Amino acid sequence: MKYIWFAALAVLVALPLFAQQTSASQGGAPDTAALEQRIKDLEERLIALEGQVRMLKSGQAGATGQPGAAQPAPAATEAVQAPPSPAAPAPTPLPTPVAEGVAPVGGQLPNYGGASASAKALNPDISVIGDFIGAAGTNSALPLATMQPFPSMQMHESEVGLQAIIDPYARGDFFISFGEEGVNLEEGYITFTALPAGLVAKAGKMRSAFGKVNTMHNHVLPWIDRPFVTTNLVGGEDGIDDAGFSIQRILPAPKGIFLEATGQVFRGDAGDVFKASQRSDVSTVAHLRAYKDITESTNLDFGLSYARGHNDAGAVISLSSDFLTQLYGIDATVRWKPLRRSIYHSFVGRSELIWSQRQQPLREQRAFGFYTSGDYQLGRRWFVGGRYDWSERSHFANLTDKGASAVLTYWPSEFSQLRGQYRFTKYAEGINANELLMQLIFSLGAHGAHPF
Amino acid sequence: MYKSRSRYRVVLVIVLSLLLGAVFSPTRVEAKKLNVVTSTTDMAALTQEVGGDKVNVESIAKGYQDPHFVEAKPSFLLKLRQADLLVTVGLQLEIGWLPPLVNQSGNPRIQVGAQGYLDASQFAEILDIPTGPVTRAMGDVHPLGNPHYWLDPDNGRRIAKGISAKLSEVDPGDSAYFQERFQDFDKRLTAAEQKWDAEMKPFHGRKLVTYHNSFPNFAKHFHLNVIGYVEPRPGIPPTPSHTIELIGLMKRENCKLVLVEPYFDLKTPNSIGAATGAKVVVYLPSVGGEKDVTDYFKLFDYDIALLTKAFQETQ
Ligand SMILES: [Zn+2]
Ligand SMILES: [Zn+2]
Repeated sequence: MKYIWFAALAVLVALPLFAQQTSASQGGAPDTAALEQRIKDLEERLIALEGQVRMLKSGQAGATGQPGAAQPAPAATEAVQAPPSPAAPAPTPLPTPVAEGVAPVGGQLPNYGGASASAKALNPDISVIGDFIGAAGTNSALPLATMQPFPSMQMHESEVGLQAIIDPYARGDFFISFGEEGVNLEEGYITFTALPAGLVAKAGKMRSAFGKVNTMHNHVLPWIDRPFVTTNLVGGEDGIDDAGFSIQRILPAPKGIFLEATGQVFRGDAGDVFKASQRSDVSTVAHLRAYKDITESTNLDFGLSYARGHNDAGAVISLSSDFLTQLYGIDATVRWKPLRRSIYHSFVGRSELIWSQRQQPLREQRAFGFYTSGDYQLGRRWFVGGRYDWSERSHFANLTDKGASAVLTYWPSEFSQLRGQYRFTKYAEGINANELLMQLIFSLGAHGAHPF
Repeated sequence: MYKSRSRYRVVLVIVLSLLLGAVFSPTRVEAKKLNVVTSTTDMAALTQEVGGDKVNVESIAKGYQDPHFVEAKPSFLLKLRQADLLVTVGLQLEIGWLPPLVNQSGNPRIQVGAQGYLDASQFAEILDIPTGPVTRAMGDVHPLGNPHYWLDPDNGRRIAKGISAKLSEVDPGDSAYFQERFQDFDKRLTAAEQKWDAEMKPFHGRKLVTYHNSFPNFAKHFHLNVIGYVEPRPGIPPTPSHTIELIGLMKRENCKLVLVEPYFDLKTPNSIGAATGAKVVVYLPSVGGEKDVTDYFKLFDYDIALLTKAFQETQ
């Protein structure tokens, strides 16, 4: 529909120009220079109109959410308008089919499906990322071990992403994770991007800012599994992923250093780390991040994390819920990527150290764990990496699991990834496991980029 | 009791430190200069032309960097949070890295749809707009049209005009200045264009191959004929079968020039050159691709010198 309006407008604008030209050439000596200028002006006008159509199509104009958004703002019109020509009438205001669909009526949320033709531009970006995992080799971990083996073949996760700008002040992101059986809202939050004082706030369910791996979706990990320390001490695959709100802000720092603080408050339920048995059992997470570019291709990233919440120790023996778990974390990352060959070579070295302090009946458990990993990009499509794991278990700090992995990754394109991981595990119970994990990740649609 | 008190203390400390930061951070200096951040150096160069000494301009990507794949480093946030205006290339060129930076900047002025967000593609003539449905089988094709549109001086003029109008909107006090700067730029560009057109005139219709499809606007303006790409599909690295096909095509069409963007590997282009007798030339798609290519004019001077030399040598 929009196109028809724009085409109509273009013709309306063009007609008087042609009319004048023909009358001019009939009237007297044809002035070719003037004619050429007219055609040029016309061309400019068409290019400008095409530009406006594109802006509407991409939904950027609609993204402002103002009722008149589909109409070019006066200033924008001026900016793209061809030099004023006596014959050309000012563009007449367009009917706004987009605005009809967007304008909230009676305090209700707009129904984007309503405006058929223009609706698509305002649909959220939709993506699906499939994560298929196969495993071979033996792993006879005891049932008590925190890390349980992968089955032989598994459609581990299908992550559906729905993302859009809500209005000029906020955006929304949903990531719904379908397992083979259950569905889980991995994340679903609103981000307020236009707050005063440089604050960025989020509300909803989100992966908490505890360290690095905890914030990452499965498909952006450099491995198939998660490090042992996150499984043993930070609740495993989903980690601290809970409903609550988050405030972050860039802090003043010496020149060239990026310093950012994040504070989060959650309901207090996260895997087997935190368990809220009453409303006041909220958990808190704090993160401080320091980042510095060493050269244009090398940078350092350093983080301190703290998390605190109630655990399930009380529930187990039906006492009060006054047992706390506190987590402390340090993460450090070094990255290298030469800008002139950025699509061919890169290196990321990373380590996270985590301490867990878990109150439970009889004795508080103080456990520690860490991983160290390195990933090198060999060429445009090939990556090789390794990881060393060492971690005690949060409930039984005297039990230590250790492991080492080698990873090879191949990218047929930007949108699919094939990965093999050889993993050796030495369980605390004395059981050794040698496994070969295989993973296929494939993405449909436009998954918005995850933060660096 | 003790526990809940300590919990509130934690929350309090977090909130307080954030607020303290808010109070003591340097509030935006009321200087006369506008802070403009651009995604690429070309937009920075054009902004500098019309903004003159009333603006501080910084680009996120470097001129020798692949603009499709820029890392969204936090250090860019330090620039973005002070920006009064963000100028982007648009057409999804920066889709992989700019949105998270804008979201995290904590700067309401440059959010999409705000006054300080400018998508420069709206001013330019855009080529290669897909007419049918777009699928990924076509590679990483840009569904809104080719975003490498700044290599046509006429588009340079259109973009500069659009930026000048936007600067006037953000800083109405200096609007006469920006308008004057644009008129001056327009004059200099028109003169330079005549020179470039004359230099390229003998080579109208000459055939060439580029690595990525980043040259259509240049080719259209200067009447060159791009017959193929080293990439089998946009964003997909060269494959042996496609390379063989391309060599065959170049031989049939008697095409003697392969242009390569500075961020691509030269191995495949060199082997194509060896098989066809074509010259392999690293051209600059952006300002800053080489040290002395510091503005929009020098970018064309540089590339046109390269091209005319290569065309003469493969007469
Ligand atoms: Zn994701
Ligand atoms: Zn491209």
